[in-house]
Amino acid sequence: MSKSSETVKTMVVAGGLCLVCSLLVSSIVVSLRPQQAANKELDMKKNILMSAGLIEAGASAQVINDTFSKVETVVIDFETGKKTDVVDSKTYDQNKAAADPAMNVSIPANLDVGGIGTRAKYAKIYISKNDAGEIKDIILPVKGKGLWSTMYGFIALEKDTKTIKGFAYYSHGETPGLGGEVDNPNWKKQWIGKKLYDDDWNFAFKVAKGTVDNTHHLAQYKVDGLSGATITANGVTSSMQYWFGKHGYGTFLAALRKGEY
Amino acid sequence: MKVKELLFAPILSNNPIALGVLGVCSALAVTVQLKNVFVMCGAVIGVVAFANMGVSLIRNHVPNSVRIIVQMTIIATLVIIAEQFLKAFVYDQWKTMAVYVGLIITNCIVMGRTEAFGMKNGPIESFLDGVGNGLGYSFILIVVGFFRELFGSGSVLGFQVLELTKNGGWYQPNGMMLLPPSAFFLIGFIIWAIRERDPSQVEEE
Repeated sequence: MSKSSETVKTMVVAGGLCLVCSLLVSSIVVSLRPQQAANKELDMKKNILMSAGLIEAGASAQVINDTFSKVETVVIDFETGKKTDVVDSKTYDQNKAAADPAMNVSIPANLDVGGIGTRAKYAKIYISKNDAGEIKDIILPVKGKGLWSTMYGFIALEKDTKTIKGFAYYSHGETPGLGGEVDNPNWKKQWIGKKLYDDDWNFAFKVAKGTVDNTHHLAQYKVDGLSGATITANGVTSSMQYWFGKHGYGTFLAALRKGEY
Repeated sequence: MKVKELLFAPILSNNPIALGVLGVCSALAVTVQLKNVFVMCGAVIGVVAFANMGVSLIRNHVPNSVRIIVQMTIIATLVIIAEQFLKAFVYDQWKTMAVYVGLIITNCIVMGRTEAFGMKNGPIESFLDGVGNGLGYSFILIVVGFFRELFGSGSVLGFQVLELTKNGGWYQPNGMMLLPPSAFFLIGFIIWAIRERDPSQVEEE
């Protein structure tokens, strides 16, 4: 075979193969996309409901969707603490907005105890109500830096806005067995019933070092530390301190207590 | 070649990990939990089998100068497809494995089989050879995953077998088992055991 016809053959084989492969990939990606989007949405709903203890681990898609239909999704403005409809609550993505210069604000260095950097202008929060239409739980997204990674989670509060109803991280990259224990159900269980604020509405919550002495007068603001994971635990404390301070959800929670969010 | 030999020889007598010491990287990464191991093994078996068959089908038309990149294209296509299926049907597992599924592309077993077997044999034999090598890989991963989950988390397939001290039980988990290097030790033990049984695999000094 001459040299030029060999080159042509190489081109034809390579081109043909690329065409077949790209057709295969794109048709499969397109046909599976709805299923994947549904999975992603279901997974997020599951994380939200799990943090408030509204469903058990391993709940079926049916149960998750039913429970979630009773939860109201609300977008609030951090600054005013009021509900806003500047963005669509269905499609708004707070984590994306936090990285978008048009949608975020940088956190003043003196307030940024958790090293978070920027936060979105608007928060997407979830409120579950009882049958009479009264607020039952307030579920708020929180994120903060651990040792290796940014940890993303939800914290659920009771309607007094200071008692913790539940807490869970849905994404983090901490060391398994050490910082990764932020996922441990037994550790998360301790958060339930603890208070974020003291009687004068000062932030008081912290992850302790070591075990909490339950007879101590501050025990209601503390959960046990994670052994071998001081930096992760400090990251949890400081991110909570930020999110429940004035620059975080403080204004919103104050407005909520007055019944005007 | 016989079907049985193609399928089962790579499990003990010609294991890609134990004899070839190929594909060790993912054996370290995904073996913390047995559940992920099964998903990973399924994906690898599928990719090796179909890549081997695909390469074999066009082996007589592929110019020698571009054969490696042709194999790579086929493998990459299949890995993307496998990842899309995992994302659609076993989302939770996909989430914990994330990047390692994509890394099947760089798994030396896949490329090794297409180059060494797929390029020289017919499509059916190649498919079976792919399944066989995938099974060989799976065998090692399952053994490693079983021990890492048992000693690292006290559970098997997510069911608690050894009650952990932090949950009020008696078993203090071995933290090293949760970290990737522990798989090196386990693979070392497996290779030792296999070569003890079949000394012909031992390299000559």
